[in-house]
Amino acid sequence: MAAKTHSIFDPTIIVPAIGEAFKKLNPLHMVGNPVMFVTEVGAAITTVLMFTGTEGASFGFLLQVTLWLWFTVVFANFAEAMAEGRGKAQADSLRKARTQTFGQRLTSSGGLEQVPADQLRKEDVVIVKAGELIPGDGEIIEGAATVDESAITGESAPVVREAGGDRSAVTGGTRVLSDIIRIRITSNPGETFLDRMIGLVEGAKRQKTPNEIALTILLSALTIIFLIVLISLKAYGIYVGVTFSITVLVALLVCLIPTTIGGLLSAIGIAGIDRLVQKNVLAMSGRAVEAAGDVDVLLLDKTGTITLGNRQAAAFVPIPGVSEQELAEAAQLSSLADETPEGRSIVVLAKQKYGIRGRELHEMLNAKFVPFSAHTRMSGVDYNGESYRKGAAGAIRDWVGGQLPKEIENEVEAISNHGGTPLVVAMKNKALGVIYLKDIVKGGLSERFERFRAIGIRTVMITGDNPLTAAAIAKEAGVDDFLAQATPEDKLALIRKEQEAGHLVAMTGDGTNDAPALAQADVGVAMNTGTQAAKEAGNMIDLDSNPTKLLEVVEIGKQLLITRGALTTFSIANDVAKYFAIIPAMLLGTFPLIAPLNVMRLQSPTSAILSAVIFNALVIIALVPLALRGVKFRPLGAARILRRNLLIYGLGGILIPFIGIKIIDMIITAVQLA
Amino acid sequence: MTANGWIQFALYVAALLLVTKPLGLYLLRVLDARGKTFLDPIMRPIERLTYKLLCVDPEEEQDWKRYTAAMLIFSFVTMLFTYAILRLQDVLWLNPQKMAAVSEHLSFNTAASFTTNTNWQSYVGESTMSYLSQMVGLASHNFLSAAVGISIAAALVRGIARHSSKTIGNFWVDLTRVTYYLLLPICSIYAVVLVSQGMIQNFKPYDTVSLTEPFTTQVPKVDDKGNPVLDPAGKPVMEDKKIDTQTIAQGPMASQIAIKMLGTNGGGYANANAAHPYENPTPLSNFLQMLSIFAIPSALTYYLGRMVKNQGHGWAVWSAMFVVFLTGVLVSWHYEAAGNPMMHQLGVDPASGNMEGKEVRFGIFNSALFATITTDASCGAVNSMHDSFTPLGGLVPLLNIELGEVIFGGVGAGLYGMLVFVVLAVFIAGLMVGRTPEFLGKKIEPYDVKMASFVILVLGFSILGFSAWACMNKWGAPDAMGALTDGTNNSGPHGFSEILYAYSSCTGNNGSAFAGIGANTPWYNATLGLATLFGRFAMIVPILALAGSLARKKRVASSAGTFPVSGPLFTTLLVGTVLLVGALTFFPALSLGPIIEHFMMHAGNQF
Repeated sequence: MAAKTHSIFDPTIIVPAIGEAFKKLNPLHMVGNPVMFVTEVGAAITTVLMFTGTEGASFGFLLQVTLWLWFTVVFANFAEAMAEGRGKAQADSLRKARTQTFGQRLTSSGGLEQVPADQLRKEDVVIVKAGELIPGDGEIIEGAATVDESAITGESAPVVREAGGDRSAVTGGTRVLSDIIRIRITSNPGETFLDRMIGLVEGAKRQKTPNEIALTILLSALTIIFLIVLISLKAYGIYVGVTFSITVLVALLVCLIPTTIGGLLSAIGIAGIDRLVQKNVLAMSGRAVEAAGDVDVLLLDKTGTITLGNRQAAAFVPIPGVSEQELAEAAQLSSLADETPEGRSIVVLAKQKYGIRGRELHEMLNAKFVPFSAHTRMSGVDYNGESYRKGAAGAIRDWVGGQLPKEIENEVEAISNHGGTPLVVAMKNKALGVIYLKDIVKGGLSERFERFRAIGIRTVMITGDNPLTAAAIAKEAGVDDFLAQATPEDKLALIRKEQEAGHLVAMTGDGTNDAPALAQADVGVAMNTGTQAAKEAGNMIDLDSNPTKLLEVVEIGKQLLITRGALTTFSIANDVAKYFAIIPAMLLGTFPLIAPLNVMRLQSPTSAILSAVIFNALVIIALVPLALRGVKFRPLGAARILRRNLLIYGLGGILIPFIGIKIIDMIITAVQLA
Repeated sequence: MTANGWIQFALYVAALLLVTKPLGLYLLRVLDARGKTFLDPIMRPIERLTYKLLCVDPEEEQDWKRYTAAMLIFSFVTMLFTYAILRLQDVLWLNPQKMAAVSEHLSFNTAASFTTNTNWQSYVGESTMSYLSQMVGLASHNFLSAAVGISIAAALVRGIARHSSKTIGNFWVDLTRVTYYLLLPICSIYAVVLVSQGMIQNFKPYDTVSLTEPFTTQVPKVDDKGNPVLDPAGKPVMEDKKIDTQTIAQGPMASQIAIKMLGTNGGGYANANAAHPYENPTPLSNFLQMLSIFAIPSALTYYLGRMVKNQGHGWAVWSAMFVVFLTGVLVSWHYEAAGNPMMHQLGVDPASGNMEGKEVRFGIFNSALFATITTDASCGAVNSMHDSFTPLGGLVPLLNIELGEVIFGGVGAGLYGMLVFVVLAVFIAGLMVGRTPEFLGKKIEPYDVKMASFVILVLGFSILGFSAWACMNKWGAPDAMGALTDGTNNSGPHGFSEILYAYSSCTGNNGSAFAGIGANTPWYNATLGLATLFGRFAMIVPILALAGSLARKKRVASSAGTFPVSGPLFTTLLVGTVLLVGALTFFPALSLGPIIEHFMMHAGNQF
């Protein structure tokens, strides 16, 4: 895949971000972030007051406070610019996948015209031949082809795409390797999935999620409270007989309002979407990422998610009169030209179990191979005057002339009933027996499901198999529950039922008949190989089409929310130390007796105020890497995660600024800045 | 800090724990429109009759807007009623002392104060109010405002417990049932118990008794017509007067004291409140009064646990309240027991602690405990003078009020206030478990945060805003502004503490005072009255909106990944949130008042 992880310190991102940080000082931009807007207004006020001479403090002190207030705003902007910059870098590499392609558009008169990809509109029809790039997202309306999708998915093996059915969707920027297909374009330029995604990671089209809105409300309320606190403090000063300078009051205000989380909030959100992109998952909204964190039921399709997408040969079942050895031999010969994983597994089984050595194709000079194709659903070889074929029962039935022996039909049915896939082997128009293809459960899944159980997520396996087979696989894989013989309607009904019971459900899907369920689920991850309908219905798309990734999506969602909560807690907890730095400093002039309240033993009132302001600004920068990378997610129960994070970010948030402010105070005293 | 004190404290906590569950279970029946109680044979017919008179269908529930409207209309009408009685008391019945009509501003202040369960008293009860004003105008509010508070708490708890529901109960039903089944029955018995301790209950004119130790004092000399005699310089001429008799106020005291405590009203019958020998005759009456302040608030946490089917949550909320309560008691007790170093220099025995403004009968511990309880709850009854506490000893009551009186708190008000903090705690820390915040299965969304934030804003805005205004104008701060006659008696940090305490007490609907402040002036009566109204209704409306919003929500299933709202961890989190929000909002103001005072006192300054 094109998108890759960028180092936090990548200069190609940092340098432009610095410029952006200053551009974002535009009040029209700032007003969207109430906390930082108040900070900016405060900085503007102290800037003016610096020159009025009414503040009763040295110009050097006023200048330093003012500068650090501006830095606070710039640092917050920088954090956002960094997140956007990283998003842009991801987006650029995504964009490369589809630059400068041309499409052969079908004109109304029936002719063809060459048009640049970015001029193709919805409903245009283009024709793409072998070797050409597909110019835009669309649906095959005619033909079938093998397509190299490695530019998007990173998977080198070509995939079959054909008109009709669930594998008709194609993505712009992928290359047709064989055949000619006719594609109906399904999105206008600028509206493709990639475009939407780029908009999201670049921040331009980012909308605040409900949780971000709620948090912004709380942060605004805290800001208003501190405004009241500071304004009323001025009045109390008049009564008690202390004069507070406006600059110091602004400095205290900025220290108290939650600038840390206010400055990092949007960066955290962008970085969350960005981490998904690194996993090759495109989220259609920030809300979808949050929903992923909330999910507590995962509906997992058996095939491809729990079991390997491809079944593997487990046994050869001959009809009476044919030995297993003979059947194995024929099966191996007929599968030599089958490059699919199923085909290869047959050759492997024949070798392992029956000692039939692998034949090299060049040894078989006079052989005529019939490769497996999506159309014929059959492969084989004509060799030494014999013709061998293996394939789906229907295909072989046609090949042998419309009739299969009763034993074969029975066996085919039995294997199907057990959830396996039967392949029939025939030689010289005579069926020899059946290959039993079986599901193989992916490695490491049961540990993973165990982790999910620990954080309260239930896994449900969805399969078309009968209950018996389903139960066996469910047990082997370690899922909590399963839904057997599931039709798409059952799946939808199950989602509704779970949601009714108060669960949030995530699922993956690719078929058109998955679309209603994808739309109903709280998190619907559509496979990139899936149909247009499926992609439209889901709120995420997995470019790798790897259904197991649902698990990672959930982890990224949780990580995003934890990071946001941790930094909010940290930000609010920080205020305690700032009070102990600034309040004594403000009162010391009038009431020297209050000195014991200066628990940090800060050098002087000016150095105390300055240290607090500097700490407040620097902590934003210090936390940028954490905001961008996210807090490490651990698969623990909610109570343990909470205890851990409360200790680190709550208690830590109270203690760290005491240390930080003291150190800054020592430094600026040493270099005589205050 | 004596062993005797510790034993009493242990007894108090044990008694509180003992009443919590049974009373909580009883509340469960009272607050259920169809709940059955042992009082049904007597009370049911009266209850039905009440509904008929009010034209209320008890089966019909209200959504939050109708509930709020009913509550506001009821409060407004009863406030107007009390205002009218106070203004007309000179022509109404039961006025043997021939009290004059109460002034406009004092009537407004008093009516607002009693309607809001504040019971801030700018007047001296025994020399201002007729028996009718006391019993009908004021004591009725003691019942009704308490019942309103419990009703609101029940509505909020229902909002949390229900899901996909439009309604949160019926205000009229809640109000009626709480009054008939909870407050009236308990108070009837409680009043008799108080009478057994020596509390008075009569309609007699005031008594005059001869003093056993007559004394002489100087009073202005008056001529035959009653005008003061002035000397050539224009000053009043003073003459000696021998005082050998004292007027002893009488009246229906026990009935009012019972509900004053149980309903966390706090408005004393006598000006000296629970320090008066009639209002608080014995150690047992003192103990029972303290217990009755916390009884219903504590039981409501049990009710919460039952209603949301998570008793652990109920106890976690109880524990959070208890931890802050305990801290307050210990701090206040410690500083009062340590006393005032300046007094020690004058030869006062350090072992006696700071006895200024305290009844010798109660001593240090019971005064500190009472002060903490009465301000934790929005009661405001006092058995000692908070103004005379040491700075840090007095900071405890002040901070208790400013935290929103959620430490058990006023009846109902404490729980609904605390639940707002629960919502905030869950919202802030809830994200840290990796889910969008949810409280007992309800997602906390922008609307809920808006309402919860509004409550916190009102608290800060009213206390800090009014105090700031008072500091800056000649009516509020005459000393600082050079005026002479009214306003605060102290200046500097202590004067500021008094102002801050007054607005905290009124906004918090507490009603206790750092005396000192001469609050019976038109300006103070008006602004303090407004503060009580803000502190009550500007909070209840968003809280009911929150209840409505929570009730409408669907419930999210709980799992191992759900934010835990029970257990020590949650208790710690809740305590942290309450203290942090309180500290962050009020630390600067407190540091200008009690904190500076503390350091100045130890340096030998006095106020």
